[in-house]
Amino acid sequence: MRRLRFLAVLPLLAVLCGCNLVVLHPSGDIAAQQRDLIVISTILMLLIIIPVMITTVLFAWKYRKGNTEAKYEPDWHHSTKLELLIWSAPLLIIICLGALTWIATHLLDPYRPLDRISPTQQVAAGTKPLEVQVVALDWKWLFIYPEYGVATLNEMAAPVDRPITFSLTASSVMNSFFVPALAGQIYTMPGMETKLHAVINKAGTYRGFSANYSGAGFTHMQFEFKGLSTADFDGWVAGVKAGKDGALTRQVYLQLERPSEKVPVHFYPTVDPALFKAVVNMCVEPGKMCSSDMMALDAKGGLGLDSARSMLSLTYDKYARRGSTVFGGQQTFVVGLCAPEDLSAAASAPLSVGGARVIGGGQPAGFTPISAPSAVQLPTLRPSNI
Amino acid sequence: MSTAVTPQSGEPVFYEVDEHPHPEGHSTSLGFWIYLMSDCLIFAMLFAAFGVLGGNYAAGPGPKDLFDLNLVAINTAMLLFSSITYGFAMLEMVKGNTSKVLLWLAITGLFGLAFLGIELYEFHHMIHEGAGPQRSAFLSSFFTLVGTHGLHVTFGLIWLVTLMVQVSRKGLILANQRRLMCLSMFWHFLDVIWIGVFTFVYLMGVLR
Amino acid sequence: MVAPTNVPVSPIFGRLTLESLPFHEPILVATFAVVATGGIVVLGLLTYFRLWGYLWKEWFTSVDHKKIGIMYMVLGIIMLLRGFADAVMMRLQQAMAFNGSDGYLPAHHYDQVFTAHGVIMIFFVAMPLVTGLMNYVVPLQIGARDVSFPFLNNFSFWMTVGGAVLIMMSLFIGEFAKTGWLAYPPLSGISYSPDVGVDYYIWGLQVAGVGTTLSGVNLICTIVKMRAPGMTMMKMPVFTWTSLCTNVLIVATFPVLTAVLALLSLDRYVGTNFFTSDLGGSPMLYVNLIWIWGHPEVYILVLPAFGIFSEVTSTFTGKRLFGYTSMVYATVVITILSYLVWLHHFFTMGSGASVNSFFGITTMIISIPTGAKMFNWLFTMYRGRIRFEVPMMYTVAFMLTFAVGGMTGVLLAVPPADFVLHNSLFLVAHFHNVIIGGVVFGLFAGIYFWFPKAFGFRLDPFWGKMSFWFWLVGYWFAFTPLYVLGLMGVTRRLRVFDDPSLQIWFQIAAFGAFLVALGILSFIIQIGVSILKRDQLRDTTGDPWDARTLEWATSSPPPDYNFAFTPVIHDSDAWWDMKKRGYKRPLTGYKPIHMPKNTGTGVLLAACSVAMGFGLIWYMWWLAALSFIALVAIAIGHTFNYNRDFDIPADVVTRTEEERTRLLASQVNA
Repeated sequence: MRRLRFLAVLPLLAVLCGCNLVVLHPSGDIAAQQRDLIVISTILMLLIIIPVMITTVLFAWKYRKGNTEAKYEPDWHHSTKLELLIWSAPLLIIICLGALTWIATHLLDPYRPLDRISPTQQVAAGTKPLEVQVVALDWKWLFIYPEYGVATLNEMAAPVDRPITFSLTASSVMNSFFVPALAGQIYTMPGMETKLHAVINKAGTYRGFSANYSGAGFTHMQFEFKGLSTADFDGWVAGVKAGKDGALTRQVYLQLERPSEKVPVHFYPTVDPALFKAVVNMCVEPGKMCSSDMMALDAKGGLGLDSARSMLSLTYDKYARRGSTVFGGQQTFVVGLCAPEDLSAAASAPLSVGGARVIGGGQPAGFTPISAPSAVQLPTLRPSNI
Repeated sequence: MSTAVTPQSGEPVFYEVDEHPHPEGHSTSLGFWIYLMSDCLIFAMLFAAFGVLGGNYAAGPGPKDLFDLNLVAINTAMLLFSSITYGFAMLEMVKGNTSKVLLWLAITGLFGLAFLGIELYEFHHMIHEGAGPQRSAFLSSFFTLVGTHGLHVTFGLIWLVTLMVQVSRKGLILANQRRLMCLSMFWHFLDVIWIGVFTFVYLMGVLR
Repeated sequence: MVAPTNVPVSPIFGRLTLESLPFHEPILVATFAVVATGGIVVLGLLTYFRLWGYLWKEWFTSVDHKKIGIMYMVLGIIMLLRGFADAVMMRLQQAMAFNGSDGYLPAHHYDQVFTAHGVIMIFFVAMPLVTGLMNYVVPLQIGARDVSFPFLNNFSFWMTVGGAVLIMMSLFIGEFAKTGWLAYPPLSGISYSPDVGVDYYIWGLQVAGVGTTLSGVNLICTIVKMRAPGMTMMKMPVFTWTSLCTNVLIVATFPVLTAVLALLSLDRYVGTNFFTSDLGGSPMLYVNLIWIWGHPEVYILVLPAFGIFSEVTSTFTGKRLFGYTSMVYATVVITILSYLVWLHHFFTMGSGASVNSFFGITTMIISIPTGAKMFNWLFTMYRGRIRFEVPMMYTVAFMLTFAVGGMTGVLLAVPPADFVLHNSLFLVAHFHNVIIGGVVFGLFAGIYFWFPKAFGFRLDPFWGKMSFWFWLVGYWFAFTPLYVLGLMGVTRRLRVFDDPSLQIWFQIAAFGAFLVALGILSFIIQIGVSILKRDQLRDTTGDPWDARTLEWATSSPPPDYNFAFTPVIHDSDAWWDMKKRGYKRPLTGYKPIHMPKNTGTGVLLAACSVAMGFGLIWYMWWLAALSFIALVAIAIGHTFNYNRDFDIPADVVTRTEEERTRLLASQVNA
């Protein structure tokens, strides 16, 4: 496999124009393995493609009408040997490629934690990967570093040779997180969390962007990804901690997630530790039930007939591009069942029926624990009673 | 024989002297079958959507809270009876008895109307309770699946009335027989779909 | 019913206001001026030459599969001009928008352009051209007088036109979708696309989709039921086989599209939660369902092209097709496998390694039968006598181009490789590689091949060759740079660029688009020149290429009834067999021929559908309701007409056939 490496340097075009074929010259181990896979599969397929193309030209030339020398057999149309060959040759290639695919897909599954940081270096036992939570906003990228309690906008950094674990989601529509030099892309989807594991091996500044069209500001949805030495990275974190953009609270986030383009880099020295979870569960807005709770309740059969009306209209124009349906009326959400102060109580004791309250708009966010029993009777859920 | 197509002995025949008949409507039943299969795929997609989303009540009411199996049983009986009576209409068609065909078709139509009425009552009741199609993905897929079936029954009824007019005007001519046959397939097809709806949506919903 | 808060809806005009007309966009105003002037000139000429009656009686209401086929082709070519104009606009924008320049298209416009380009090229160029060729050729190839349901055929065509009309309306009334050609939610949901664009998309495709599905049912029945005696399944021409498989795919996939778009429209109109992120909906469901339609769609387009190449290769090599049986099996295997690969369009959704590799490997398996087909064409050339007429040139160009496209396709089927290439310009280059190299080349080969059959004269070879070379070279100039850009990590649908080193590649691509434009221009000139030189290019034999299948047994153009006597088939290359074994055309004994009557109902129904779609798009409920009632009423009214056939009298048949006898005799004497 190492011998094939030189092929990656081959593409003459790159030499000619001096352009940066980043996919073929990545700086992260995962992307490098993906590059190898591209090269190997291409070579495997060229084994059959090149002969076919050459024979096509050859036959087209040799059996042209003008060449009366060539044999002409108008009724020859079958040969068992040839038929065997034409089915088995592609079959063999595909068997090889299929085996390779099966192995590589499992090895390079974005959900699989890394076991090596470069071809020569295994991940040392006890290494703690750098955790980064990524939120695709309209149209910018938010990075939260839970380990350091900081967050940045439109700029990301990671220390060289330390595994990175990304948890990704989106605030409104689907995007795709892609740093070609680092690793392959993964979709970011609202209400869902995807994972990506990667490592950067060379210090430098790389391009990151959304690789899935997401609306008017999509083109500018770019960020810088910085691979830094450990010392430089610590310096960078210190710089973020000295950032002037204040704490990233839920209120700040709700402002931030409104559509905007070409937003400059922001450094948030502190960040609400539960923010990412709230974003994934789509309950950053005050009073909205988290989807994790919703799912837990659904698994227990829903909340009964009375809960049919436990809905509130979204009273403000969250994304500024929100429309509403003509027959369905206003957009609504399910109200959360308890207040944040219940959170700590819930950690120790199961939620009591009497303690459940409905939070209306304007109050602090409701981040509901899942422990609400399905048998909970909530006669007070109707919006008119709030 | 003056035609030039008489084959010399041993020579191959390259064309037919006498037109082999492609009577009108010779591929209708095949075509209608294929159409039904394509319609079946639409239902398959709605069933798939229900399969994926059917458990997402969005912390709202679930099937146990909403479905009244007694009502659904009556509803199912209406549709199944209508299928039987359509069968009787077809039997009378074979006998060539126009007035009896019309009678059975009318009875079929009444059963169909009863089915629709009960379904509309159920829908109205649920929406009135606040469990409309907007409340949760479960309800969206429920209303769409059952509603699409109901829409098919509605069009079936329109077709049925049209055919009754045509049969009473023209009698049981070949074209009308063919049309009765197509509607028959359509009507029984809707029955089969309903059995799927009844099983997967209502029964399994309540048992879940 | 609650009116939306953000749009005023008037009872008469719905949400259509004067602001909906794009007076503020100079590009659109200029386009409108050109289209309107052109339209008025055409309408004026039609009126001046009193052609309206002729068009209505002979064409619009015709149920003749040949005329409907030709109308499909005309529609496809007109829409090609629109779709290609969009392509040129994108190429220009991307070639210009560097070094701080914002290009000439704002996001609002650019995003519509790339969406419209994809939608139009697939649904209103490739589909009508493919359906048109199948419609024209299949009944002739199987020795039938028409399709199984001639009226349905006319109706299907007009529904396709109806969809195209709605899409074209969006250019000047309101706007088109800004979502990409598959309109993924949540972006295409009402929350993020509150405008009419996505509604135009939905109703345009729904109206056209009805037509496509019904035409699929029709052609399946035709092929299964109407084959001439002796033509067993394994004696069907390969184009008929691929058409059968394509129509099976149409019937088995377009309902999926209909269903998924219906669910999306419920989300948008009623506020259901199928594909919203909230309240339990799942946008991923949409992505899965739309690709369950979307992947087979690719094969719907390319299988008939494979069929065309098979006919062309065996004709112009003067040789029986190598490996007919394996060709047929390969087609059937591709048909079945095309259902099992949809997930490869979104490996990056995080489905897990086992699921991803399953779909990756099934995708690769499709390349086995495709590879076998490739070899079959190759060995058909082997020991042949290849005449390099334009269709054969397209075939060789296809074999070379498609091989590359197939290879990059298999590469993209390797999930980890797809992670770095997905949604990049590499992907864009790949699917243009297979669609232009496969489908478009196939269609042009087919048009050139069957044109003399349809019109009685060949196309001018000089302009045909010009068109061919411009297309081929233009294609490579336009898309090789995109392969390179993809490897440079450039993603699709971007509007402006920062990195100046990319610009040269976009400029080369724009140059390629310019060459393709010359190719299209040459094609149009070719048709004009051929009409002027029709007497020199005349085909009096009915068999200008010394071809092999049944459509060449009748005259060019064929009479309304196709064959005076139903042919009897002994071989898969029926006409070749007839020629070889000394078939003599029957000269007497003609009988009256039973044929379907023309009807204007299809046009009316499609017009009602367009009106209904327009009403729904703009929330003009009265219009939607009225046109829906009219639709049902006209459909019912049509069923009260029992008198749909007539007989072509024997003496008319005799006259037509004797005319041909004279023509053939003059040919021999000359």
